[in-house]
Amino acid sequence: MIKKVRSHISQNEPLLFERSSPGKRAYQLPELDVPAVDPAVELGAGNVRAEIDGFPEISEVEAIRHFTRLSTWNYAIDYGMYPLGSCTMKYNPRVNELVAKIEGMAWAHPYQPESLSQGSMEVMARLESALAEITGLHAVSLQPAAGAHGEMAGILLIRALLEKRGNPRKKVLIPDSAHGTNPASAAIAGYAVENIPSNEAGLLDLAALERIVDGDVAALMVTNPNTLGVFEQNIVEAARILHSKGAMLYMDGANMNALVGIARPGDFGVDVLHLNLHKTFSTPHGGGGPGAGPVAVTKELEPFLPIPRLKRSGKKWAWDYNRKQSIGRVRAFYGNFGVLVRALAYILAHGGPGLRNATVDAVLNANYIRKSLEPYYDLPYASPNMHEVVFSDARQEKSGVRTGDIAKRLIDYGFHPYTVSFPLIVHGALMIEPTETEGKMELDSFIDAMTSIAKEVEDDPQLVKNAPYSVRTSRVDEVAAARKPVLRWKPGN
Amino acid sequence: MRYLPKSDSERRQMLDACGTGSADDLFAHLPPEVRLNRPLDLPPGISEYEIIEYFTARAAENANGYPSFLGAGVYHHFRPVIVDTVVSRGEFLTSYTPYQAEISQGILTSIFEFQTMMCQLTGMDVANASMYDGSTALPEAAMMAARVTGKGKVVVARSVHPEYREVLQTYAKRQGMPVEEFGYVPDAGVIDLEDLERKIDGLTAAVVVQSPNFFGVIDQVKAAGEIAHRHGALLILVFTEAVSLGLLEPSPEVDIVAGEVQSFAISPSYGGPFAGVIATREKYIRQMPGRLVGQTVDSRGNRAFCLTLATREQHIRRERATSNICTNQALVALMATVFLSVYGKQGLRELAEQNLAKAHYLAGRLKPRFSGKFFNEFAVRTEGKKPDAVNRELLKKKIVGGLPLGRFYPELADSLLLCATEMSRRADMDAVAEALA
Repeated sequence: MIKKVRSHISQNEPLLFERSSPGKRAYQLPELDVPAVDPAVELGAGNVRAEIDGFPEISEVEAIRHFTRLSTWNYAIDYGMYPLGSCTMKYNPRVNELVAKIEGMAWAHPYQPESLSQGSMEVMARLESALAEITGLHAVSLQPAAGAHGEMAGILLIRALLEKRGNPRKKVLIPDSAHGTNPASAAIAGYAVENIPSNEAGLLDLAALERIVDGDVAALMVTNPNTLGVFEQNIVEAARILHSKGAMLYMDGANMNALVGIARPGDFGVDVLHLNLHKTFSTPHGGGGPGAGPVAVTKELEPFLPIPRLKRSGKKWAWDYNRKQSIGRVRAFYGNFGVLVRALAYILAHGGPGLRNATVDAVLNANYIRKSLEPYYDLPYASPNMHEVVFSDARQEKSGVRTGDIAKRLIDYGFHPYTVSFPLIVHGALMIEPTETEGKMELDSFIDAMTSIAKEVEDDPQLVKNAPYSVRTSRVDEVAAARKPVLRWKPGN
Repeated sequence: MRYLPKSDSERRQMLDACGTGSADDLFAHLPPEVRLNRPLDLPPGISEYEIIEYFTARAAENANGYPSFLGAGVYHHFRPVIVDTVVSRGEFLTSYTPYQAEISQGILTSIFEFQTMMCQLTGMDVANASMYDGSTALPEAAMMAARVTGKGKVVVARSVHPEYREVLQTYAKRQGMPVEEFGYVPDAGVIDLEDLERKIDGLTAAVVVQSPNFFGVIDQVKAAGEIAHRHGALLILVFTEAVSLGLLEPSPEVDIVAGEVQSFAISPSYGGPFAGVIATREKYIRQMPGRLVGQTVDSRGNRAFCLTLATREQHIRRERATSNICTNQALVALMATVFLSVYGKQGLRELAEQNLAKAHYLAGRLKPRFSGKFFNEFAVRTEGKKPDAVNRELLKKKIVGGLPLGRFYPELADSLLLCATEMSRRADMDAVAEALA
């Protein structure tokens, strides 16, 4: 039975362009305090455009209603649990939003004098040092704009060090359970990718690793805990194998929410790690970004970090551009500063002990879900899990219902679906990550929904296969969208 | 802890349900050698009040309330109030990437509107859902041009933002893409077409120009395009000052646009987060990086939107993807979309005209270094004084001056790059003119 939600009226709304009518306006510019100029003269007549065809003209109240109505068509953490595995959809504290908007923070220009940027630089320095402590690594660059960007930067760092040692090597090893960004980032950094199979426990296969690692291998990219939510038991030994053959250990920090305050990658042999501040450190996903993907490295890799680097010059912070071994820039300016402010606010709010407590609750929540749903869903790997748990649809598949169908049915129950069909090593995966910011009542409600759907699959599989029913948009035809792409509005379409 | 919504008795119940004695037992399976056997060396957590106090104090160490004449890729424009009203809504702020289209129509619709407006502004057929920023959009556009042409060399104008060129170098080096730079005409500040002719060859995949360029000058996009096409290369156009699109005619010679939309209501925020965009011709859609939203229908026949053409992307194609980019900048793109809906067709033009008028007022009191036509930014020689000295003088009047160009162009060590927008007051511009007198 569906208990968490019932439907209510939802407003229809056309596109901005369809609301437009000539002469409507939502703006008023101040009177010019200087003489107006003729664009045709100052820019050259040939450079001045005619009216922008189809560009909208709407009023302020219509703009507010337009975007408010659109917003109600979205699910959000503020509505409830968002159990997307590997995405760490936790509560986004609102004080973080407030402090990022303080004028001196939000309106700081990246080229304003360093003497008038000390506050921003101090925030970045403090965040760097907190992240170094949390990861057990020596130095942190806050420049990468997102997780995949951090991966690329991290692999470039490894390449730079290996080049300095005389041979950049040719390939990067990636377990078959890895996120798709890992191989794509390694390729951008100029490496061939070799996928390595997991063992029967879904973990790194040490024997295979020992066999594969040779003078051509630059690094192993590993996610730990891996995408099954399982800690790589042999990580220390894996690091030893790699290091003994001159290769490096890269860790994808997507799952750091399982480790903060419990174990530090730098302590178990990791050379480079990227973090997703929009996952572990609670900065909002905003419908797909912005994020931030800092990289943390060992002392040996520090000289290669992107320029500029913060340095202390007397009592002041300064930007150091003069770093000959640096890989260069991975983006303009210094990073997604507004995101960094929010992440530091999160770390300050929790403090050292609080961060560890958050990790404990995240792992407790995932284990509670595992225990509660194990009677109803197949658990392909029995290893103890940390912050997330991965089931398969093996039992439901017998009734013709797949993980994607169960996910869509979950929408009717008032939840965002879990991560569907990932990791690829599980047939029909249901990847569930509750995070620590779910209370027992919300978890019980989710468990109740999943249990109820499991029963529906037995009684009436078709009911689940045609879901969702209660939302304003029923199942979307993604195949048609790709077959004949319509990627912009035009009059009449 | 206020963000952890459980009582101790609830934790106890949950541990019991798991058959676990204590919370620590949940970690018992970790190898002992990986465990951190001490507390993190970070101070204890603090209250909301103290957090606000801390950041307010840091903000006070930055420039506050200074009129500024800095542009150089980051512009100070007014931010209509409803931009914050909209993006503060939890339904936008706290939602994930819209993979589940049925419950993500809000953000999907807004991205479709963003893509449409980017096409309208750039004159392109298709625009993506946004990139990290303009500086990373550029190498992505260059790699795209390499895929389209099957060639690898990139020829980039020195009048393209210097930090964008540095980012291009970082990416290109690892892609085996040689990057060669060509110069600008010293008097006019526009690209040197003869130098471009010298540097371009049959192996060139792309020519990159920026307009308005880093010096604020409207550049010779059409001429660059003709040269590029004659050599079988694509023309990539960079823009950093998006408000200029309200007045400037898009050039039909452009094959790929790699731009930055920070000017559309994105606060400077010490350099980010911003949002880039890649726009191009229909025929190159399948070589585009980044996410795309497309229109379709739901099972009841209603119009609906979803992420599409994902077979280009890393989660499907892994190492053979068009890019490693995973996130876009949806919330930032939403800010731009709200901004553009507020200004609309007339407002964006008026806004651009005000920028033009302000910059030309300031320039009228000075002598721009370059003769090329400019939008809201221009270079000026600091006759007899060092640019830094002029800026120091202005700082005493609580004004942030321009960017000393010598930082990026040794040959322009005697020049400042000044930007005036609709936010620049006449009195402050007069003060700048006096300092430069």
